[in-house]
Amino acid sequence: MATLYVDGQAFSVDPTQNLLHECLSLGLDLPYFCWHPALGSVGACRQCAVKLFRDEGDHQGVIVMACMTPADDGTRISLVDEQARDFRARVIEWMMAHHPHDCPVCDEGGECHLQDMTVMTGHVHRRYRFPKRTFDNQHLGPFVNHEMNRCIQCYRCVRFYNDYAGGTDFGVFGSRDHVYFGRAADGVLENEFSGNLVEVCPTGVFTDKTLKAHYTRKWDLQSAPSVCPHCGLGCHTTVAEHDGVLRRVQNRFSADINGYFLCDRGRYGYAFVNAPERLRRTSLRNAAGRLNLAPADALLQELCTRLGGNMPLIGIASPRASLEANFALRTLVKPENFFLGWSAVEDACARTMLAVARGIAPLASLAEVESSDAILVLGEDITQTAPRMALAARQAVRHAAFAKAKALGIPVWQDLAVRQAAAGLKSPLFIASVDATRLDDAATECWRGAPDDMARLGFAIGRRLSREEAGGETFPSAMEGFSQRVARALAGAARPLVVTGSSLGCPALLDAAAHLVGALRTLGLPAKLALGMPERNTMGLALMGGESLHTLEQATQKLPACALIVLENDLSRRIGEAAADRVFAQAGLTVLIDHKRHAGVERADYVLPAATFAEESGTTVNHEGRAQRFFQVFSPPDDIQASWRWLRDIGRGLGREPCDRWTALDDVLHTLEETLPVFHGLAQAAPEATYRRHGLKLARKPHRASGRTAVHAHLDIHEHQPPTDCDSPLTFSMEGHQGSPPGPAIPVFWAPGWNSVQALSHFQREVGGTLCGEGPGLLLIAPAQQVPEFFQEIPPAFVPRDDALYFVPAWHIFGSEEQSAGSPAVRERIPAPYVALRPEDAARAGLAAGDTAALEVGAVRLRLPWIAHPELPQGVGSLPVGLPAMPWLMLPAWGAVAKASR
Amino acid sequence: MERPLTRNIRPDEPPLALEAYRRVGGYEAVRKALAQSPEAITQAVKEAGLRGCGGAGFPTGVKWSAVPMGADAPHPKYLVVNADEMEPGSFKDRLLLEGDPHQMVEAVIVSGFAIQADHAYIFLRGEYTLARQRLGAAIREAYAAGLLGPGILGSGYGLELHVHSSAGRYMCGEASALLNALEGGRAIPRAKAVRTAVSGLWGKPTVVNNVETLCNVPHIVNNGAAWYKSLGLGDAVGTKIYGASGKVKRPGAWELPLGTTLRAIIEEHAGGMRDGVAFRACLPGGASTAFVGEAGLDVAMDWHGVQSVGSRLGTGTVIVLDDQTCPVGMLLSLQRFFAQESCGWCTPCWSGLHWVASLLHRFEAGQATEDDFDLLRTQADHLTKGYTFCGLAPGAMESLASGLDLFRDDFMRHVSLRRCPWRA
Amino acid sequence: MLSEEERRDIEREAPNYATRKALCIDALRIVQGHRGYVSDQALQEVADYLGLPLSHVEGVATFYNLIFRHPVGARVILVCDSVSCWIMGCERLLDRLRAHLETDVGGTSPDGRYTLLTAPCLGACDFAPVLMIGETLHRDVTAETLPDLLGKGG
Ligand SMILES: Cc1cc2nc3c(=O)[nH]c(=O)nc-3n(C[C@H](O)[C@H](O)[C@H](O)COP(=O)(O)O)c2cc1C
Ligand code: SF4
Ligand code: FES
Repeated sequence: MATLYVDGQAFSVDPTQNLLHECLSLGLDLPYFCWHPALGSVGACRQCAVKLFRDEGDHQGVIVMACMTPADDGTRISLVDEQARDFRARVIEWMMAHHPHDCPVCDEGGECHLQDMTVMTGHVHRRYRFPKRTFDNQHLGPFVNHEMNRCIQCYRCVRFYNDYAGGTDFGVFGSRDHVYFGRAADGVLENEFSGNLVEVCPTGVFTDKTLKAHYTRKWDLQSAPSVCPHCGLGCHTTVAEHDGVLRRVQNRFSADINGYFLCDRGRYGYAFVNAPERLRRTSLRNAAGRLNLAPADALLQELCTRLGGNMPLIGIASPRASLEANFALRTLVKPENFFLGWSAVEDACARTMLAVARGIAPLASLAEVESSDAILVLGEDITQTAPRMALAARQAVRHAAFAKAKALGIPVWQDLAVRQAAAGLKSPLFIASVDATRLDDAATECWRGAPDDMARLGFAIGRRLSREEAGGETFPSAMEGFSQRVARALAGAARPLVVTGSSLGCPALLDAAAHLVGALRTLGLPAKLALGMPERNTMGLALMGGESLHTLEQATQKLPACALIVLENDLSRRIGEAAADRVFAQAGLTVLIDHKRHAGVERADYVLPAATFAEESGTTVNHEGRAQRFFQVFSPPDDIQASWRWLRDIGRGLGREPCDRWTALDDVLHTLEETLPVFHGLAQAAPEATYRRHGLKLARKPHRASGRTAVHAHLDIHEHQPPTDCDSPLTFSMEGHQGSPPGPAIPVFWAPGWNSVQALSHFQREVGGTLCGEGPGLLLIAPAQQVPEFFQEIPPAFVPRDDALYFVPAWHIFGSEEQSAGSPAVRERIPAPYVALRPEDAARAGLAAGDTAALEVGAVRLRLPWIAHPELPQGVGSLPVGLPAMPWLMLPAWGAVAKASR
Repeated sequence: MERPLTRNIRPDEPPLALEAYRRVGGYEAVRKALAQSPEAITQAVKEAGLRGCGGAGFPTGVKWSAVPMGADAPHPKYLVVNADEMEPGSFKDRLLLEGDPHQMVEAVIVSGFAIQADHAYIFLRGEYTLARQRLGAAIREAYAAGLLGPGILGSGYGLELHVHSSAGRYMCGEASALLNALEGGRAIPRAKAVRTAVSGLWGKPTVVNNVETLCNVPHIVNNGAAWYKSLGLGDAVGTKIYGASGKVKRPGAWELPLGTTLRAIIEEHAGGMRDGVAFRACLPGGASTAFVGEAGLDVAMDWHGVQSVGSRLGTGTVIVLDDQTCPVGMLLSLQRFFAQESCGWCTPCWSGLHWVASLLHRFEAGQATEDDFDLLRTQADHLTKGYTFCGLAPGAMESLASGLDLFRDDFMRHVSLRRCPWRA
Repeated sequence: MLSEEERRDIEREAPNYATRKALCIDALRIVQGHRGYVSDQALQEVADYLGLPLSHVEGVATFYNLIFRHPVGARVILVCDSVSCWIMGCERLLDRLRAHLETDVGGTSPDGRYTLLTAPCLGACDFAPVLMIGETLHRDVTAETLPDLLGKGG
């Protein structure tokens, strides 16, 4: 720690940081633009000027940029110095000289950093009396709106998009007062993190296009802390609603997880909540086989009557449903009748992931991924399956640059200086994958192979690390060479990391990765494993335990006598439509609880509309075994309620204990904790519903949320009582505590004078650090103390076949995840179905460019356009999974391909 | 009087080819240097007191001393010749490049040896097409004679020399922006958090020096520091290429002892003012220096002398304003240039300079008010050193700030007449 | 695709630099040398050839004064409009040129022979006013000598 004197007052600060960082950490108001806690300093905007004094005797001082000046011990500065204040006012004046002052029609208005800084510097009078420059705007696709006239040339956008996120289709053009930030030509922003521009840009150049479609000012939005439901990483989000419509998703900072940035799926996948076609009403199938609306009470009564006292219940759970919902189902149907709603392959992968995490490989958080100094990605295309992890890995390669900078005496926050000094120097990132990935450009070296060959590669590397014979197995020389380089890099690192996941449906890959981590740990290195998982609660469901759908399919003979309850699950996406149909057809009676309309709705006898992540509170467990609470942001309309409540209602109708006693979320949580020890402490993952701050619940709406009375005054002057929320410590109104609650329960980041997302720094212990009151979170999985025997089952090498290709699943950030695929903006980015083939393999099948391919994979026949992917290994093809327009396929699988006849 | 830098230069004659250049003692310095240690060359340059002629006057030997030397120094190391010369009113580097390209090449070899550079670049202004041809020819000759490439003259030292022809931008002359241009990017200045001598081009040790600065080095090596010091007048050391442009009788450039007075340059060498016009003021060292009026003419044109009258030696090329030319118009021409050439990186520069040029234009058009004069002052006060990211805008403000003081009446006449008094 | 010649010219510069990216400016100048200006198509070709993002190449192309992103005439006239030439009357020269070429600064004469541009100080202030026609510098240009220069085609 060092001492910094600000206007005569002594503060204890971090000398490795810059003055701006430290002033903001101290809660002092110092305006800035180009600096960003995650992007560092470049000194371009000149807004953060302060007066720096040589020593106590120096009263003259010099103007310096706080963001470019180290907070060395004994530094004396002044923020209130007249010259400094005057200069800061000039900088704003220069920026505003070219800004259109169009706040009333700008989406950023009311949460604009430029507005805040203008007010902070006291710039109120315009002296610039010349025409302002104007620019054309670009169409940048469905996510981001572009309004260049508002630009203040702070360079944040291009620094985030290109330097930080690795984007290549964005740039900075022109010079002087005519600098343009955009694409070389109109077109979709290709980078998976483009939406962060909306938060990174301090003014209204880049705004959320989906919000624009149902625009609401920040002060009219009701917000709640949430967790992204679109993959297993569990990024923290803030979701916002107005008038029953979910309006937007923003990043919610968390030091251990997503930091300052979200992927575009997380940001733009939300609109499925508003989809007109989703399930909203209770309905039941009549004698004629038609689904009819029915009032919830009557329907429940009828259902319970039919279930009678003793009709056995079978429950199918879901990795996209909360722990509470799954547990309610398990409680209702009894553990022996509780089936994890996933296929045998999904089950094998989930079990293996849990086993390795409990056995030998501690799981890495996203922050730990970012701090790793050598990474091997084994098989998982994380940009598509766990996007935010790819962004973290992209930063991890900078450690070598940081080390070089340190040696040269350049502080790491000197962003451009560090990048220039590094001149492309990277920490090792090795990528083994089936096909080219969007992270390859950051990699030291890439290697392609079939899934089993990648598992073999993992063992080959592990063998080098442990210097064992690995059962006398021999590996091809190319694999040996690559594994030698990887082994050397991992063994030479201080914090090595192996990344893999379940997306290829290959448990051997998970074994191999774990084996590697084990070998590294045996060497005494704190190696970790990071896992990509497809769904938000995959890990939670694995922890809960149960049999897979495969077991259920084996036991169909008992189905006709049973009532089947399907929880938030589209079985056709798990086992295919035919198999799902069979299950539905055989069951004596079926109940479907879901928010999404899918094939199951047409099969069910009773349909109960479930709340989405935005309409209920609950808990999920992310890829690193971290239990996370998400909070409801609004009360759903119509018959919609949280799944666990539907299950509770059935339980009540049937007089089943203990679910009949549950009234609030915490009741479920407490039963869960008592019943399943793995979940011990779960209720404390976030403040419980009884939490109060100064005797108050926490307000979801900001002070200025305009009158419930005023908006509809022409119709009704009565205030409607806001719904009460018994599940969380939050209220559905502006009445309540507005300050800074504990990290996991912060509904919105706002501080006096700081209306934009940059208000965040007022909620952190120090800028860029953990949120006040945010613990390490509840980690449910710890590896065994002793490193047990390594997995040693090395799969045989992949052998291409003449008569068939081995098809592996190709995941897409947009399209493979079912909930986000229901959002109109995301839908625009979903690729059309295709089959990817290595050109040689295509030629062998008689396919020329532009031909349609005829495929036979398992029992499924398909006609698809083919595209050339020259990086695919010989004999391996890939097919997109989960796209709305693709039929379900059991992958990986061998299949035949030929030229389709017309 | 000795004129080491220009001794081989004859107006309107082609430069010396290799043989002729050698005959007059050319490349002797290379031979001498290779026989010494690199550090000895740097030491000699330091002792000679050579200072950068690119405008900032930084001691060259000190700059070189920061380069990591010895067996474990990072390689490749780079020497970059700043031959961008886009400063309005400056034309001294062109003279050296076109007039004696072999001197430039020799200077590069000797200086490169001193820092043990592996590659050298001459970052040449794109419009200098003749210089490019002549340098190209000289470099080819030097390679053929074993003066460039691996193992120069049979020594263990090798150097590759490339000419990069700029695509045109004043910012390229700023040493760190120049490196970004050489790396194939936009010429944005770099943060001074790290010295280029340690981490410059592609993160490697790099020295950037002006053409004229480097051309002195072979002569220092040949004749020694004491000789070099003796060339200047008074405390000043060495010679300097001075120039004069504007309505003087004989505009031109002359190599003179450093410390020659401004008056001598304008009146003796440039022949005084043309008939019918009188001296009003001048920018002593190019567009980025402050005006000096009649009262300052007797100052010595060296690093200290010019500062004593509130200006700078800069590039040493004097731009003369006469009494028949509108000073506001001159300022407009200057500031339009700076506003146009701002790279767009820092706010004061990209926005402030545009505002300055717009305000001056308003004066010129006879639409300005007294308030506009105050606004110009405000801009001039806030675009100075420390406020901006690099030296471009502060350089621009030197002429403006001094001009506002010196020519206040002229500004006010534009206001009261509602037109430029110098236009019919 | 870049022409054989263009690629050869670019490759000649390649050994001078540590990275392909550093070739970007030279490549643009070379292509411009062959085609007169850098069209959208040419820009894409340079980007593809050097393996650089189009946005980077465009960022460079739009930064530098001597890269033309719009078609130019057979010859480009660069008239120095900086301080010394301004003192020596470059504005009058420009007026003459505008009238003679029937175009404003930034435009091309109707016959397509000349594009008229201004340039920052050409470093020949002792011969002001000066201008360049194509690669050639013309010094002490006067209204009288101007037609002659244009007549000769520079
Ligand atoms: C905007 C700007 C333009 C410059 N242009 C030139 C130039 O054209 N030639 C030059 O030698 N130095 C120029 N300089 C100075 C260089 O930054 C640098 O100080 C110089 O090249 C160092 O060489 P020296 O020490 O030999 O003078 C410029 C500086 C600035 C701020
Ligand atoms: S577009 Fe936004 S982020 Fe980019 S420079 Fe302009 S103001 Fe900054
Ligand atoms: S925030 Fe410090 S210069 Fe921009």
